[in-house]
Amino acid sequence: MKNVIGRDIPEYIEGYGEVRPFKGAYASIDSRTRTTITRRSVKPGNKLEPGETKLLASIEEAVKKTGLKDGMTVSFHHHLRNGDYVTNMVMKVIADLGIKDIHVAATGIFACHEPLVEYIKSGVITGMSVNYISPGPVAKAITKGLLPKPAVFRSHGGRPRAVEAGDLHVDVAFIAAPCCDNYGNINGTQGKSACGVLSYIYPDAQYADQVVAVTDNLVPYPACPIEITQDFVDYVVQVDSIGDPNGIVSGTTRVTSDPIGLKIAAAAAELIDATGYIREGMSFQTGAGGTSLAVAAEVKKRMQAKGVVGSFGAGGITAYFVEMLNEGLFRALFDVQDFDLVSVASAGSNPKHMAMSGSLYGNPHNCGPVVNNLDIMILGATEIDTDFNVNVVTGSDGTIMGASGGHNDTAAGSKISIVVTNLLKGRLCVLRDQVTTVTSPGETIDALVTDRGIAINPRRTDLLEKLKDSNLPIMDIHELKAIGEKLAGKPDPVEYTDRIVGVVEYRDGTVIDVVRQPR
Amino acid sequence: MKLTKTGEAGAADSGDILVSVAPAEEPGIQIELSGKSVILKQFGRQIRELLQKTAAECGVENARITAKDNGALDFTIKARVRAAIQRAV
Repeated sequence: MKNVIGRDIPEYIEGYGEVRPFKGAYASIDSRTRTTITRRSVKPGNKLEPGETKLLASIEEAVKKTGLKDGMTVSFHHHLRNGDYVTNMVMKVIADLGIKDIHVAATGIFACHEPLVEYIKSGVITGMSVNYISPGPVAKAITKGLLPKPAVFRSHGGRPRAVEAGDLHVDVAFIAAPCCDNYGNINGTQGKSACGVLSYIYPDAQYADQVVAVTDNLVPYPACPIEITQDFVDYVVQVDSIGDPNGIVSGTTRVTSDPIGLKIAAAAAELIDATGYIREGMSFQTGAGGTSLAVAAEVKKRMQAKGVVGSFGAGGITAYFVEMLNEGLFRALFDVQDFDLVSVASAGSNPKHMAMSGSLYGNPHNCGPVVNNLDIMILGATEIDTDFNVNVVTGSDGTIMGASGGHNDTAAGSKISIVVTNLLKGRLCVLRDQVTTVTSPGETIDALVTDRGIAINPRRTDLLEKLKDSNLPIMDIHELKAIGEKLAGKPDPVEYTDRIVGVVEYRDGTVIDVVRQPR
Repeated sequence: MKLTKTGEAGAADSGDILVSVAPAEEPGIQIELSGKSVILKQFGRQIRELLQKTAAECGVENARITAKDNGALDFTIKARVRAAIQRAV
């Protein structure tokens, strides 16, 4: 069958199940369901049997205590990013105990998770779901079809929706805890592996059957401050190290010095200004990429020139946004992860720098996530088509290289969503007749700003009206595509097999696209 | 045009192509093209044709062309092939 944006998707996918087809970005925002779970309760300390304690000696003991067995789902979060040791340590124990057919529900997968490829090959891991994946060994293994079941790609808001609704049932959640006490109170901002807020794992703490905290910084009771509280944590395990500090933070995130990136950023800021979004109380989010931060720098200049104070900055937080907060350009920050040491320190010390759960961030099925309050969103794109559909999941050769993250959540929620990118990346033109994989539907993308021109989504007649006297190089998206193709040539089509290696869920849980294995 | 030695032009940098042209005994132009698979899958055929055509336009009949592509556009590829051929004469 074809869904509303014309993507060819089976009604049933082996290893995934019945498909709820995508029906439009806002079609399913009506009612919601919450699953019920059964969890163990913990008696007061003096009633405990001797030796019965939350604090266990090893990950192996925790895996045994939880009764983890074949066919179960285990979950992990990616706030330690490319420095995470916990996922690999836990999966090694699971593999060594001979447990098979595990579904790994990780919020994010990085190059450091290469050991998982062996477990995929040996049948320990048979399914995966992620909201973010970096190009690397695991992404390659999924592209090659090594996983028996298709991987499921969700967004940062879609995953908590799936967990809360029971679509994604987690048997055991493993929380990497930079600071933890022996009764399971956790924060992410203290200790040698401090990584900032732990937002993406909050729904797992609430909805998994069992929760294990893995820490390298066991502190006397109570940990303070507390981000994830003891009433959600079954067991605590102390290990030598939960992560490599060099991989946890991305070093310094900074504004690009590439002249093309700066040109794009300046045009994007001009567009935001010309459409009236630089105003008192404005809210703003960008990714952590150099060009996105360059847009932030340009927007900041215009805020200062106009003397406006923004209401909030949001998303993954970088030093740049912390600086804007501290300079009084925002009244607050909403934070789902911290990319550098400045942000980690700020998250742990500044009350105006607030953690938000993944659900609060982007879940469409609650009383309103923060993306609904967002004015301006700056996004990236691997590909974009003439209907403004964006792909951030696969390269144009079908290789898996990412997942939505907050892309389709923020695009749907924000008042103006702007994709900023070079029109050509090497020889590849980002503008295509059809994107390889749709991540964010075109109805939620308002503008495309490139080094060679700007296209406004024709659905946004209000923006076109505001921009009619602008000097910006605004053109029809087909015209912009023709410029790119004149330089780069028209690509030969890539061939695919029928095998589905990935299912891309929209934030509401409907299937917006599938990833087929390249031939 | 008769080639006497190996001529090289271009660079391995992003947006460029490193082309090496060498004389060959056997007739025709043999092409060995390498690069990122994402580009070769979509543009490999077109790049090979361009290498072939540019060499022929320069009057080269027998040659071995080794090209390492890193996302070069057509005009860059043409210029690099021409320069490499001139250096191989």
